[in-house]
Amino acid sequence: MSVLTIEDLQVSVETEQGTKHILRGVDLSIGEGETHAIMGPNGSGKSTLAYAIAGHPKYHVEGGSVKLDGEEMLDKTVDERARAGLFLAMQYPVEIPGVSVSNFLRTAKTAIDGEAPAIRGWIKDLDSSMKALRMDKSFRERNVNEGFSGGEKKRNEILQLELLKPKFAVLDETDSGLDVDALKIVSEGVNRAKENTGLGILLITHYNRILRYVKPDFVHVFVAGKVAEQGGPELAVRLENEGYDRFLTGATVE
Amino acid sequence: MAAETTVTAPAQSEPGQHGLVAHSDGGSAFVPVQTRSERFTSTSVDDFAQVTGLEFEWKFTPFATIKHLTTDDLDGSPTAFSYVESGGATVDWIDRSDALIGSAGAPEERASANAWTRFEKALHVKVTGEAGEETVIRRDRFDGSARAAHVVIEAVPNSKGVVILENSGSANLSENVEIVVGDNAQLTVVTVQEWDDSALHLSSHFARVGRDANLRHVIVSLGGSVVRVNPSIHLVEQGASIDSFGLYFADAGQYFEQRPYIDHVAANTRSRVNYKGALQGEKAHTVWVGDVLIGPHADGTDSYEQNRNLVLSEGTRADSIPNLEIETGNIQGAGHASSTGRFDDEQLFYLQSRGISEEEARRLVVRGFLAEIIQQIGSPALEARLSEAVEAELVRSQAVR
Ligand SMILES: Nc1ncnc2c1ncn2[C@@H]1O[C@H](COP(=O)(O)OP(=O)(O)O)[C@@H](O)[C@H]1O
Ligand SMILES: [Mg+2]
Repeated sequence: MSVLTIEDLQVSVETEQGTKHILRGVDLSIGEGETHAIMGPNGSGKSTLAYAIAGHPKYHVEGGSVKLDGEEMLDKTVDERARAGLFLAMQYPVEIPGVSVSNFLRTAKTAIDGEAPAIRGWIKDLDSSMKALRMDKSFRERNVNEGFSGGEKKRNEILQLELLKPKFAVLDETDSGLDVDALKIVSEGVNRAKENTGLGILLITHYNRILRYVKPDFVHVFVAGKVAEQGGPELAVRLENEGYDRFLTGATVE
Repeated sequence: MAAETTVTAPAQSEPGQHGLVAHSDGGSAFVPVQTRSERFTSTSVDDFAQVTGLEFEWKFTPFATIKHLTTDDLDGSPTAFSYVESGGATVDWIDRSDALIGSAGAPEERASANAWTRFEKALHVKVTGEAGEETVIRRDRFDGSARAAHVVIEAVPNSKGVVILENSGSANLSENVEIVVGDNAQLTVVTVQEWDDSALHLSSHFARVGRDANLRHVIVSLGGSVVRVNPSIHLVEQGASIDSFGLYFADAGQYFEQRPYIDHVAANTRSRVNYKGALQGEKAHTVWVGDVLIGPHADGTDSYEQNRNLVLSEGTRADSIPNLEIETGNIQGAGHASSTGRFDDEQLFYLQSRGISEEEARRLVVRGFLAEIIQQIGSPALEARLSEAVEAELVRSQAVR
């Protein structure tokens, strides 16, 4: 049983006004095959948590740990973490001019597996995942994210999730900006990955909507850089009805 | 089947065939020029003052290294080359008295005029086919002695073809390349510089593009010590167009310069200029000066030029200067862009977060950056070969890092 354990994670970022402390001691533990939803108001530090786990150089870890099966991830480079089994579906995926989707995917798959995938099986997997995500074959020859619509970018993230088969994935607002049809397609992709690989998921979302399609086992309310409350799926329903106001009063906002 | 032919230098050129007309506008080299069209031109080296290296057209160039090409009595005898023949073109030597010589332009500076004054025979490629066939001229037999050369590439009206000049080996060369694109013809000219590390190469290209004709002009500079290729493209007839591309990768100590000049003379002419360069290593230096002149009769001109440089290490220098002169109010569009930047950290993070090592991520980004130009060349075989050459540059320069 794989497990991702985050303990007392504290993260800051350098701004023009000086050091800004964003995460103030985050504790979370995600088991294999579990889905944890993280919900919270804008600016509460959800993306910072995602980036810190993935190792984005802008975010400085001040303390705490992120362990995958007991192994410290915070000492590793970004690519080492990915090869260890972590994946981040980005809120705003960047464009990579001149690099085709197929070249990018094959390069990533080769890096993750430590060897090039067998051609025939790879093409078959790529075709079937793209088909399931309703991505036209022509996307393979397009440059990564270049000229993609918001929804296409998100589907491209889930395509990578399906093909790279990580142990744990952080999905940062993968549902934002999607219409209902696209949301269903993307959710199905997440569920397929979960069924096929026993993926553990940290699902960051602003809205309840995606939780109808990707069922969470646990819901954590994130406020001012830490988990303010946790519970089961019923907590998401309560948040939907009551909003975050209850948590915001009294929260230290600097 | 393409056949590879080796052409040795022809016998001594006939004496007394120097009946060239100087394409001078009667001005003098000392008169400061206001616009590009008023720059002094002459095919005779003596019409130009000695160069100091401080002049605008020389100020970036490591002048001491190439000064002799502006002063010395260069060896203008023909140098052997080999070529891969296509059905659609002929290759031969023509005399300097040939009517074609001088039909695409004339030197604007002394190294170019020096080469013009000294060359004995011109290498002549004549494209007559309409199938877009490819002719590859391999120039790898220059030696270290200071030489002058002249090339004329001619596409007859309605023809379509690709001519590739592949330069490698040593060079200590000043040359002029004339490109004459007949009415309604479609010509691609690619010049690839993969010279040895010590090579010196100054090349002025002059193109005359006819009515409704298109020239695709590509400069690829990967190897050499000082390599300067300056194309002047004259869109002299209605509907003429130019797609001008450049790709360069300068390593430590290399100097690559290119100054595309697009001269919109006739109405409804179109130009697109796109140069991209990568720099890596101590004292890698590149220069791009892009001049676009939209003349008083060039109504309906549509033009855009850009240069982008990707800096891969400390200690490099990229100069990038776009100039736009507009002499008519009635144009469709004229724009320019120029940028010099480092790696985009967000791109690297994205690739690395997919398990790709930093080194490989950098390679992907650079390759992608330059691929935009390679994809435009229009010769699948050359595109594949250049992708590999760029790859080799990356591996080599990363090994140094
Ligand atoms: N790179 C950064 N530079 C400066 N401030 C940042 C940076 N990243 C995040 N922040 C700030 O940290 C806080 C949390 O941001 P973020 O993690 O993006 O929140 P969320 O994803 O919950 O909306 C916000 O106030 C944001 O402005
Ligand atoms: Mg966010």
